[in-house]
Amino acid sequence: MSVMETIIAALLALGVFFYFAGTIGLLRFPDTHSRLHALTKADNLGLGFIVIAAALHWGDGWIAAKLALVWVLALFAAGMAAQLVARAALKAEGRE
Amino acid sequence: MSHAFDLALCALILGAAVLAVTGRNVFGAIVFYVVYGVLLALAWLILGAVDVALAEAAIGAGVTGVLLIGAWQGLADAGGLEDEAPRPVFLRLAAVAGAGALGGLIALAVISLPGGDGLTLAVVDNQDRLELGNPVNAVLLGFRAYDTLLETLVLTAALAAVWSLTRTRVWGGVPGPGHVTRPDGVMASFGRLLPPAGLLVAVYLVWVGADAPGGAFQAGTVLAAVWILIVLSGLQDEPRLNSLPLRLMIIAGPAVFLGAGLAGAAAGAVMGYPDGHAKSVILVIEYALTLSIAATLALLIAGPARRAP
Repeated sequence: MSVMETIIAALLALGVFFYFAGTIGLLRFPDTHSRLHALTKADNLGLGFIVIAAALHWGDGWIAAKLALVWVLALFAAGMAAQLVARAALKAEGRE
Repeated sequence: MSHAFDLALCALILGAAVLAVTGRNVFGAIVFYVVYGVLLALAWLILGAVDVALAEAAIGAGVTGVLLIGAWQGLADAGGLEDEAPRPVFLRLAAVAGAGALGGLIALAVISLPGGDGLTLAVVDNQDRLELGNPVNAVLLGFRAYDTLLETLVLTAALAAVWSLTRTRVWGGVPGPGHVTRPDGVMASFGRLLPPAGLLVAVYLVWVGADAPGGAFQAGTVLAAVWILIVLSGLQDEPRLNSLPLRLMIIAGPAVFLGAGLAGAAAGAVMGYPDGHAKSVILVIEYALTLSIAATLALLIAGPARRAP
């Protein structure tokens, strides 16, 4: 395994770790807000590491840029969805 | 290694399908249906059918999922979810038998196809005459253009069916409940941020569809998503359904497509394209179709008019 392949494998493992941690948080945390915390933070980091690994694997500037765009859009969407779900949960709890 | 991934994916697809069908509550079933669509898109991608993967993810999982959630909300509002009693066993078994028989017939039809690559060679040999690099679009807009025309008309007919549910006093009015959001809130910011990117992606998808995966249906879905996002973020209400520009937009695609087909008929071949100009005619049809598909999908999700014009 070359140095590059080792780095890619390590990044993939890191990404999978964050997905795994996020999923455990989603299943184990007690209420909606902490579940959201686990899900969005871990998913964003997990996807980020996997995107970096994929970009290194392809080794092409354009593909890296497209992957980065996918990551940024996913960040925006996840962040917004988390805000909306949190607000809906607050309303359901009668706190707003 | 690759077999392990394929097998795991197959198991996940079957699992999601079973959960979607056997789910005790409707919302859970819809969620698993969407998961099933996303996994299926992944499977198409692995099979190298990127066009189908895009369509499955955008329409199969995306638009259909939103439609189903809308239907679920409607059911909930009408109190239809309270008596979610499981159907009798024989009814479920009959459904299983029917679906199984249909699946078996389809499998039989696929197996009985003449061996080799079917029509692949015929498409590859003739695709240059349409000046298209993407064989899928050569089939969709060239060799089987008739099918695609009928598909777009099916969408238009579905929209007409939805509109036929309108109450008389709000006919031609505005669909949907009307969304109000805080002007400086996340939803409104997101609604301003994403549409330019969505428009760019849609135009690119049609343009690149000639030579690479993409095309009118995928781009239309992206545009419809932009439309829905703008409405949801409260920046712009749905249009009045009796607006003439809107109705022209809905029929623009099928009309241009039909017009090109008839022009071809006048020149000798129904749905044929003039030699040397095939690609330009096809691109014009694709852009018109994109607009119509976007408007039709967005309005299908918006539903019949609920507020007077």
